[in-house]
Amino acid sequence: MIEVHKLVKRFGLKTVLRGLDFQVQPGEFVALLGPNGAGKTTFLRILASLSRPTLGEVKIGGYRLPGQASAVRRRLGVVSHLPLLYGDLTAEENLRFFGRMYGVTALDQRVSEVLDLVGLAARRRDLVRTFSRGMQQRLAIGRAVLHDPEVMLFDEPHTGLDQDASGMLDRVLRDVAAMGRTVVMTSHDLARSGDLASRFDVLSRGMITASVQRSEIDPDQLLAFYRQALQEAGV
Amino acid sequence: MKGDIPLVRSARPAPVSGFLRAMSAVVWKDLAAELRSRELLSSMLVFALLVILIFNFALELDTKTRSTVTSGVLWVTFAFAGTLGLNRSMAMEKDRGCLDGLLLAPVDRSAIYFGKAIGNLIFMFIVEIIVLPVYSVLYNTNLFHPGLLLVILLGSIGYVAVGTLLSSMAVQTRTRDVLLPILLFPVAIPVFIAAVKASSGFLQGTEMAEIQPWLTLLITYDVIFTSVAFMVFDYVVEE
Repeated sequence: MIEVHKLVKRFGLKTVLRGLDFQVQPGEFVALLGPNGAGKTTFLRILASLSRPTLGEVKIGGYRLPGQASAVRRRLGVVSHLPLLYGDLTAEENLRFFGRMYGVTALDQRVSEVLDLVGLAARRRDLVRTFSRGMQQRLAIGRAVLHDPEVMLFDEPHTGLDQDASGMLDRVLRDVAAMGRTVVMTSHDLARSGDLASRFDVLSRGMITASVQRSEIDPDQLLAFYRQALQEAGV
Repeated sequence: MKGDIPLVRSARPAPVSGFLRAMSAVVWKDLAAELRSRELLSSMLVFALLVILIFNFALELDTKTRSTVTSGVLWVTFAFAGTLGLNRSMAMEKDRGCLDGLLLAPVDRSAIYFGKAIGNLIFMFIVEIIVLPVYSVLYNTNLFHPGLLLVILLGSIGYVAVGTLLSSMAVQTRTRDVLLPILLFPVAIPVFIAAVKASSGFLQGTEMAEIQPWLTLLITYDVIFTSVAFMVFDYVVEE
């Protein structure tokens, strides 16, 4: 579903990704772990077609980036640590707007469905800027699943969330995985990643330096695996 | 929150083909948000009215001189107020990562550009519609000349076309508020010169043959910069 070969990303003289190779099979749930500045967000932004690769090949669902970006974006749902929502629009208006941008059919019904599902039906006519951080993130998840994407990218999705919102997000992630969606999630939270992912990759110094299947590792050993991967990478 | 309902449905969305749908969605979103906050229009309007008021007292012109400086003062007012609006309009997209949200949509990104540009143009027109009668009263000059209105239309289109493109570049930087006028004013000089000359011509009753080259320049500028923006917007907004 996702194929990345020898990906390089440079910002001026600074090289963030150094020949990164990465493959994800359909239905796989990959947790991308790594320290701050490792290049996790840059990598996810390239997958989301928000940033152009300097060198290398990126394909999602058989479509190449950046040449076939529109076809890729149709298959992607993205949740970042920012909600990507308009504060001066209501929850319902935000979803309607993004629904129109994605060409979602039966939009009224779908908006109601999603608002109900993320627990914001009662606040549908409230402005997003009046929402708490957790509520905004819940609505952001609603925005990301509105068009029923095949691949979901989560960039530190638990950042700033309260217990309820984190629990709700975990439920979304499990639903996504259960329905055969492909998921890539960056996270600092090893405990949550350990509960959700089917594979753990460690990204450090712009490369994938270690990878392990969930079936190959005891959840209690995840922290040790992560530390060892960083140590071997010289971080 | 309902714990037992799956968040992802199995139905697929319809193929996305609507350039016009995406563009109109962006225009609707900008108008709806502005209707709520009134931040952009109020700041543009207050600024524009202050500028014409300050010029009115600072210049202390007689009736004859007024007719010669009117078009200059008018376009300085529109340019400053317009820059304020362009900055605010793009800053709104940067808040909460909204620009990324827009860019993630599976639409031709030039639809986003045209949506933003049309929204900015509507705000610019609203300010101009309010400023013109106030200016007419303060400067005792009749500005409701069809030719002048045509110049304002063409000049505003050119200014907004290039301004929307450059503001989408400037918004990516930390110094966006300062950067936009520095980028925009040099590029927009042909619009200002042509608009001031053509406006002056219409207000002073100059022959059409003398005004025509300035109108042609305005139209050419509008076409060129709208086309350039259409071609490069995707590259400008992507990292």
